[in-house]
Amino acid sequence: MKERRVKANAWDYNDRFSYADNRIKTSKYNIFTFLPINLFEQFQRVANAYFSVLLILQLIPEISSLSWFTTIVPLVFVLVITAVKDATDDYFRYKSDQQVNNRQSQVLIRGSLQNEKWMNVRVGDIIKLENNQFVAADILLLCSSEPYGLCYVETAELDGETNLKVRQALTVTSDLGDISKLMDFDGEVICEPPNNKLDRFTGTLYWKGNKYPLDNEKMLLRGCVLRNTEWCFGMVIFAGSQTKLMQNCGRTKLKRTSIDKLMNTLVLWIFAFLICMGVVLAIGHTIWETYVGTNFRVFLPWDTFQISAVFSGFLTFWSYIIILNTVVPISLYVSVEVLRLGHSYFINWDRKMYHSPMGTAAEARTTTLNEELGQVEFIFSDKTGTLTQNIMVFSKCSINGQMYGMDRLKKKTACVDFSFNPLCDRRFKFFDSSLVEAIKMEDPAVQEFFRLLALCHTVMPEEKSEGNLVYQAQSPDEGALVTAARNFGFVFRARTPETVTLCEMGRTVTYQLLAILDFNNVRKRMSVIVRSPEGQIKLYSKGADTIIFERLDPSSENLMYTTSEHLSEFAGEGLRTLALAYKDLDEDYFKVWMKRLLFASTVIENREDQLAVLYDEIELGMKLLGATAIEDKLQEGVPETIACLNLADIKIWVLTGDKLETAMNIGYSCNMLRDDMNEVFVISGHSLQDVRLEENSGVIHFHCLSSFLRSAKEHILGLSRVSSAGHVEKTDAFADDSVFEEAIIAEYALVINGHSLAHVLEPQLEHILLDLACLCKTVICCRVTPMQKAQVVELVKRHKRAVTLAIGDGANDVSMIKTAHIGVGISGQEGMQAVLASDYSFAQFRYLQRLLLVHGRWSYFRMCNFLGYFFYKNFAFTLVHFWYGFFCGFSAQTVYDQWFITLFNIVYTSLPVLAMGLFDQDVNDQNSLRYPSLYKPGQQNLLFNKRQFFLCTLQGMATSFLLFFIPYGAFPLMVKEDGSPFSDQQAFAVTIATSLVIVVSVQIGLDTHYWTAVNHLFIWGSLMVYFAILFAMQSDGLFGIFPSSFPFIGTARNCLSEKSVWLVVLLTTVVCVMPGLVVRFLRVDLFPTLTDKVRRLQQSRKKQGPQEQNLRRVRRTSSRRSAYAFSHQQGFGELITSGKNIRRSTVSSLCSPERIAQSHSSSWIENMLKRKNEVSCASPESEGGAPKSVKGTVCMDPTDQAQF
Amino acid sequence: MFRVSVLQTTDVIPSKEKSRCGRVGGVSRSEKMVKQESESANRPDNTAFTQQRLPAWQPILSAGIVIPGFVLIGLAFIGIGVALLVTSRSIQVLELDYTGDGNGSPCSSCSQSTTVNCKCSLNFTLDTLFQGPVFFYYGLSNYFQNYRRYGASKDDNQLYGDLSYFTSPSSSCSPYDYDGSKNPIVPCGSIANSMFNDTFTLTRTVSGKTDSVPLDGKGIAWWTDYNVKYRNPSVTPLKNAFNGTVKPIDWAKPAYELDTSDASNNGFVNQDFLVWMRRAALPNFRKLYRRIDASGDYQNGLPAGNYTIDITYNYPVRVFNGAKKVVFSNVSWMGGKNEFLGIAYLVIGSLCVVMSVVMLIVYAKFKFPDEE
Repeated sequence: MKERRVKANAWDYNDRFSYADNRIKTSKYNIFTFLPINLFEQFQRVANAYFSVLLILQLIPEISSLSWFTTIVPLVFVLVITAVKDATDDYFRYKSDQQVNNRQSQVLIRGSLQNEKWMNVRVGDIIKLENNQFVAADILLLCSSEPYGLCYVETAELDGETNLKVRQALTVTSDLGDISKLMDFDGEVICEPPNNKLDRFTGTLYWKGNKYPLDNEKMLLRGCVLRNTEWCFGMVIFAGSQTKLMQNCGRTKLKRTSIDKLMNTLVLWIFAFLICMGVVLAIGHTIWETYVGTNFRVFLPWDTFQISAVFSGFLTFWSYIIILNTVVPISLYVSVEVLRLGHSYFINWDRKMYHSPMGTAAEARTTTLNEELGQVEFIFSDKTGTLTQNIMVFSKCSINGQMYGMDRLKKKTACVDFSFNPLCDRRFKFFDSSLVEAIKMEDPAVQEFFRLLALCHTVMPEEKSEGNLVYQAQSPDEGALVTAARNFGFVFRARTPETVTLCEMGRTVTYQLLAILDFNNVRKRMSVIVRSPEGQIKLYSKGADTIIFERLDPSSENLMYTTSEHLSEFAGEGLRTLALAYKDLDEDYFKVWMKRLLFASTVIENREDQLAVLYDEIELGMKLLGATAIEDKLQEGVPETIACLNLADIKIWVLTGDKLETAMNIGYSCNMLRDDMNEVFVISGHSLQDVRLEENSGVIHFHCLSSFLRSAKEHILGLSRVSSAGHVEKTDAFADDSVFEEAIIAEYALVINGHSLAHVLEPQLEHILLDLACLCKTVICCRVTPMQKAQVVELVKRHKRAVTLAIGDGANDVSMIKTAHIGVGISGQEGMQAVLASDYSFAQFRYLQRLLLVHGRWSYFRMCNFLGYFFYKNFAFTLVHFWYGFFCGFSAQTVYDQWFITLFNIVYTSLPVLAMGLFDQDVNDQNSLRYPSLYKPGQQNLLFNKRQFFLCTLQGMATSFLLFFIPYGAFPLMVKEDGSPFSDQQAFAVTIATSLVIVVSVQIGLDTHYWTAVNHLFIWGSLMVYFAILFAMQSDGLFGIFPSSFPFIGTARNCLSEKSVWLVVLLTTVVCVMPGLVVRFLRVDLFPTLTDKVRRLQQSRKKQGPQEQNLRRVRRTSSRRSAYAFSHQQGFGELITSGKNIRRSTVSSLCSPERIAQSHSSSWIENMLKRKNEVSCASPESEGGAPKSVKGTVCMDPTDQAQF
Repeated sequence: MFRVSVLQTTDVIPSKEKSRCGRVGGVSRSEKMVKQESESANRPDNTAFTQQRLPAWQPILSAGIVIPGFVLIGLAFIGIGVALLVTSRSIQVLELDYTGDGNGSPCSSCSQSTTVNCKCSLNFTLDTLFQGPVFFYYGLSNYFQNYRRYGASKDDNQLYGDLSYFTSPSSSCSPYDYDGSKNPIVPCGSIANSMFNDTFTLTRTVSGKTDSVPLDGKGIAWWTDYNVKYRNPSVTPLKNAFNGTVKPIDWAKPAYELDTSDASNNGFVNQDFLVWMRRAALPNFRKLYRRIDASGDYQNGLPAGNYTIDITYNYPVRVFNGAKKVVFSNVSWMGGKNEFLGIAYLVIGSLCVVMSVVMLIVYAKFKFPDEE
């Protein structure tokens, strides 16, 4: 570990270390290096290497059974296509690099600020950043426009979190605010060498003989955006490729689909088969040579170099390897890539996955996984932002026993008109005008209710222009409540550390803020103590109903019952509830209490506990005001999607960082949990303390947990046994033991929290967990860390051999998105990190249905058909040589013309099968969605597996057998009508080639379910092209130019003008195709699959004309009482009361011209990140460590970390 | 670490969205980037192609098509099979082996000796007219003209009359490219070298009088071979073109003397040479030797009578267990006698019909339930 030394304003000094400059280069090539490097990379691929070895073999004349061009033409074709693709990719990388490198930055050079390009910024430079600018390099914050050298950054590009983070300069540097002072700054930073840890930085600043420790809180990292800060100065510590952002741009390992793996295995098998054939033929050759060939030497000229029959056999082996190499078709890999690319485009183009409000189309970010979308068995979904919109809406309330707010389902009533309030938020909607009436009537309870909402919170207001208020709330719940109060005429306008200014029904009122009794997990409530202008001291409190109800004054008892009823009702609708209460405080009592509070907040030991006791004391005997109900808005169509995916046998597990209550609540509203479920196992109750306790007695705990899991499993199995036993009595059809997992009629759900999960994921227990979880219909894991999400995915991936899909939207989902076979990012509210790490992205959870059931299913279906046909085709094509070997002395004589071998795969047969692979649809998209069971064959790997492969190669072999032996039978005595024989090798070649092309074309025609114009064009076109090329290659003209390259001159003319040849072709075609047709017909008739049935149905529907579709509607039934879920963090109150985050000027210059430039510029980082596909996610473990309390910043409850 | 959920000002998200959508599968960014001007430009085009709604024909293997189809194909095949078989049966073929294996066979003495131009003759009798036109073939069996190195051993450029390849034949001809004293061989290669060199004359004996049957050797090779693929160099006399070259080792005379009587049948365009150079696909083959000139008595073919074939026996086949034959045959619309095709058609046709019956039974029994 070499330390890094950087001195400010000292180029000469810094130059000695040769640090990286700020130019970034993500492009791999330049014009001169492209060819060698790209070719080198390409030849590292096994397939390409294999074909180049073949090429070399072909150059040995003793072996060469085929001209060099038969291999080099396809190889060059493949290489060129890949090279072009790489080159375009790299060009775009280069463009975006250029764009970033040429960005302007203000650098302090020789006493003045000068505009420099980013790439010219050097380590040790002092640069100035303005609001909303991207940070050009990793810089040490020196000073800013804000007090205390604070500045705010958004780190969405780095870790996906869109909330603002505070950075604070060292006190000694924070007053360097003008240029002359900065010029004289000559501090030297000694720090750690470049690394990729986004959340850690250690260094020391040496300045004026003093040492100042530096940490991450003083660094602005490249990729961040400066927010809410007019300007700041910083010193460049790391530049260009040494910045943390760039250090994080590693490569992720390539995800491969199961088909890919299968394909590789099969190619190996084929390769083995190829070698077997080679050996058989080589042995055959040796034998032939020994018994026949030696006698035939009169006419054959080999004795000059062929020493023995064995050596000759050895050479023949290689010759046959060359000839038969087409069983491993070089075009297979290219074609598969092309298909996947096409399928990706279809996903990108799908308007039904386009979200118009956001203008976001679905995007296939990787083009290698499409067919796996058709095989998904497990979906791991994040909750917030994925299932829900992460938008909280104030939807109902109960004030003083009176309920306001309309049922969401009856939205007929008009939206409440808030025009009386000039400060209202226009996006806010409420559906009960009686509440506005009550406000206007100046009902004291209602007023107090909203006053509480306007006062009791930790929201920061920002008034960009007069009346244009923007709230920065730490949780969306709070924002919703304050916004509601705002619209009902209690506008929270401004705050200072000591005051809160409201605009109550148009009247500005300033409250003195005496104390904030902050929220924490144990208290589950927060309170504020304010002094009204009239001098009254009041405590306003809001919190979980159970907690608040305990602390009410007895006088509120009746109200409590009514409110409680209302709360149940709210909960039944899946709303998140809060109870509100207030208390008038006696001036003297408060003074005493305040003193004690001040004292308590200065003690060092047990401060938290002492504070908590004090808080508890004052929050007693409150009067109930009412309750609020916030709707955690589900994304559109979530329950329907989940129901549909369930029907497709896809198991959906929800993994969320949220609380148990919230998670279960959403579970109910998504219809994943239902009241009619037999049992919902909840493994939880392990608050932090519990877990500690259990950890002390680890064995017992384990024992308990495992026995619980076991008993739960027994319970399920036991019940199902009973119920299935009942069935067995009635119908003897089933053997009673085999019904276990399949016949579980009863429905179970498992809810498990992170703490329990941590233990259950131990190797001893994970199997039981998995068994249990797979028996349950619904699994919800809550309070899990990002790492645990990945572990759960890994667990299923490892033990279930199933394709997993993870879907999420936040930085905390990145690990699971990367772990799962397929990662889907929701391009939603939170940052873009999930999207960057994902393989597919779209805006709404409900598109998942279409992605899997339509695109995935089609892709899988197409890919399977494609592969089946491709192998068939190549076996049929190549094995003819094998059969011919027995009749030509195993001499590696090719059956076909060399040009035909060259062009067969890339010209004659490539397009029809590509068209099939791109456009084929067995069932249209509506029916795919309508019959989710159609998805099941993919999960069971039915369409292409080793058996299918075996069958299609068998068919290929049979076809090649017939292709050879029918002409063989017909040919020896065949003569033309003028008596001249044409049983010659060339006529034989043309006849077989023609039969082959026709047979495979007919076969592709039969395999094509969906004949679009393109399919017609390609199939008929390929046939025509075959004949056109055939005649062109065998024309007089070409022969005249290159006699030795086109020795087949005239064969086509002589051969295809014969009736008997056509009779052979017709016979071959029918014989090759007929058995397959019969088998297929009988299979469809005797054992129709669901696909066949739906196809039939679709056909008959089409005749009847389109029918109205009745979409599934999922009724939500839940009477469950939801608990309060406060997605809150502790400690915000301290920041407010300390006043550090209060601005001197609230209106900042937001409309600076940089904004426009910046809105374009966000792309480079995305491009870069996406390309590299690796974005570090700040390690969840390190974040979720022990609660740290840093003076001046905020302490955070670790368990709240994973909330978003 | 300070956490504030920022209520996004609306101008931040769209800019991200725009650029995010600029990437399509990593390739066609350019195309999409152009479209980033407005939000709605991100909306995918509503075309039948992009939405995968191309109008299409979706055939289903329904019983209504498959079963009648099979019946029709089956019947057609049976028809063709019968026709082929009948035609094939009508073709007359006379095959005579003259290898001379057994002691009794007429050419056995020649087959033992190594004398050049050993003579022997075969006799045969026709009881009825051998319907014309009659073709006279020679047949070889167990002869591997399709052996790869044999087949590659020729020089197409040389045979195309390119003089530069006369002096330096292609290496593919090796070892028949140069003779022992490094003189180039023309035509080079083992195919040419192994040219069939037995000759036949056919005579008919009618009432004691011997009458030679006129044989026509013109046009027995493919038109394209004769006119395009093989060419003599345009040097007169032809002999001069071969200056500095030697004849193939096993040939009795150089190429320019193959038919001195007819310039258009000499050198590389000699019909017998062309027929030989078109190498057979399989080890048992026939090549056309002559056709019986349909003139005079032979207007309608070979009339009944006693015939003698006088053979100049040169070509060694016994070393590799080969056999030599002479064959007389006439042809029909579908070429020569070939029972294989007819039988195959009959068999396949019957199979089709049988299968259609099977399918019909299955279909009737397990009718696909339409409603479900």
